[in-house]
Amino acid sequence: MRYSGLRVFTEGLFGNKGWKPAWRDPEPKREYDTIIIGGGGHGLSTAYYLAKNHGLTNIAVLEKGYLGGGNVGRNTTIVRANYFLPGNQEFYSHSLKLWEGLEAELNYNVMHSQRGLINLFHSDGQRDAFARRGNAMINQGDDAELLDREGVRRHLPYLDFEQTRFPIYGGLLHRRGGTARHDAVAWGYARGADQRGVDLIQNCEVTGIDIKDGRVTGVQTTRGAIKAKKVGIIVAGRSGQVAAMAGMRLPIESHILQAFVTEGLKPVIDHVVSFGMGHFYISQSDKGGLVFGGDLDFYASYAARGNLPMVEHVMEAGMTLMPMIGKAKVLRSWGGIMDMTPDGSPIIDKTDVGGLYIDCGWNYGGFKAVPASGWCMAHLMATGESHEVARRYRLDRFATGRLLDEEGTGSQHNLH
Amino acid sequence: MRITCPLCGERDRREFYYYGDAVYADRPAADAAPEAWDDYLHLRDNPAGETRDLWYHEMGCAAWIEVTRNTVTHEILATRLVAGREGKKAAAKGRGKKA
Repeated sequence: MRYSGLRVFTEGLFGNKGWKPAWRDPEPKREYDTIIIGGGGHGLSTAYYLAKNHGLTNIAVLEKGYLGGGNVGRNTTIVRANYFLPGNQEFYSHSLKLWEGLEAELNYNVMHSQRGLINLFHSDGQRDAFARRGNAMINQGDDAELLDREGVRRHLPYLDFEQTRFPIYGGLLHRRGGTARHDAVAWGYARGADQRGVDLIQNCEVTGIDIKDGRVTGVQTTRGAIKAKKVGIIVAGRSGQVAAMAGMRLPIESHILQAFVTEGLKPVIDHVVSFGMGHFYISQSDKGGLVFGGDLDFYASYAARGNLPMVEHVMEAGMTLMPMIGKAKVLRSWGGIMDMTPDGSPIIDKTDVGGLYIDCGWNYGGFKAVPASGWCMAHLMATGESHEVARRYRLDRFATGRLLDEEGTGSQHNLH
Repeated sequence: MRITCPLCGERDRREFYYYGDAVYADRPAADAAPEAWDDYLHLRDNPAGETRDLWYHEMGCAAWIEVTRNTVTHEILATRLVAGREGKKAAAKGRGKKA
């Protein structure tokens, strides 16, 4: 079924009784060419591009819960391409271009809104660093504008420009940055993959990975054994556990990242605003809720909920930056399980087991990467070669020293 | 989350700095193979459940503490001082074999 404005209109006239499920609910077959473990954003986009770009359709996506029920269903939805390091730049640039065509590509409204992202800076040194980052973004072919204090004031008049702890010197404006509807991205890719013949199998937890003579032969699941020639592990915060089924240990420690949503308000924050010195960022959803978050809780955890000290820290940072939000009531908060690598950059690579591939380590930045991660993982699984924009995302880069330390803080598990 | 420092008693989590998996206390020998260093610095079991990690009582007595806790429930199961702990060398040898 193709979605269109006319379709919405005519369905409205007839009680919306003509809509059909957006994807099938198939029983798992005994064997597939390719299995993707994990039905989140990255797993679904990988399946979609395997089918779309490479013509491979004998694929199953195995999801232990429901599609899009993990981090893609709970995040702060920011889409941007403002990276600095070669290796990251071209990847996120590619991803943003895919985002810009995604609704037409998927025939699905992912509500991609390029409302502009402003990263604030608070000192001369930080301004120099942002000017350099902006130049790098422009050299990559993306957009960046350096705003002075008055330039920021024109965009964000509601900030507290009088506060003295972190005086606002200016900001780096990335006009093509913005937000998207998180669930819709997962659902759009799921629908597109299903239409191309991919089996999306929910409530199917992988409990083991079968390996014979150094090659993967299939997986064990709660719905029986399924054979496959190729298997991709794309399970975000659970990467450590699934990799252990193949006898692997990963350079990953899972941490909590908290985020918060307020009650719905009238439009008040038009941009995505990032206040790095306070570890605070905020945007307003289309429903009107202020969506904001801070830094990690900074300890290994699978609890999917954080602790109060970070809640307090985030609220304090928000009040420092924009006191006007003080009367908004927080409706809910949550903690996502982040697959943190020592250098803060992701992994899209083969493993030492033949036919077994892994896409993980998205840290706290996986949402914007959903299209390009799927694109590059599909390329890797179909051709056996890394895609040119993901060639630095090596699993062995910590052993070889070819790190991608975007923050420049070092390569150690408690630093990112 | 509150952590019991063996010297100071139960304290707010904010007094402590998280360093990482307790494997950090078992530094390989200087002439160990590169794989042992990769194992030590980067590769992790990353368990969902009971784990042991190192915390520094930064705003208290400045002791390094090995905390046994549950990563799913945030329950603190045991704490002890890193200094003077037993079996350190034996643990390091065992880990080398595993790698």
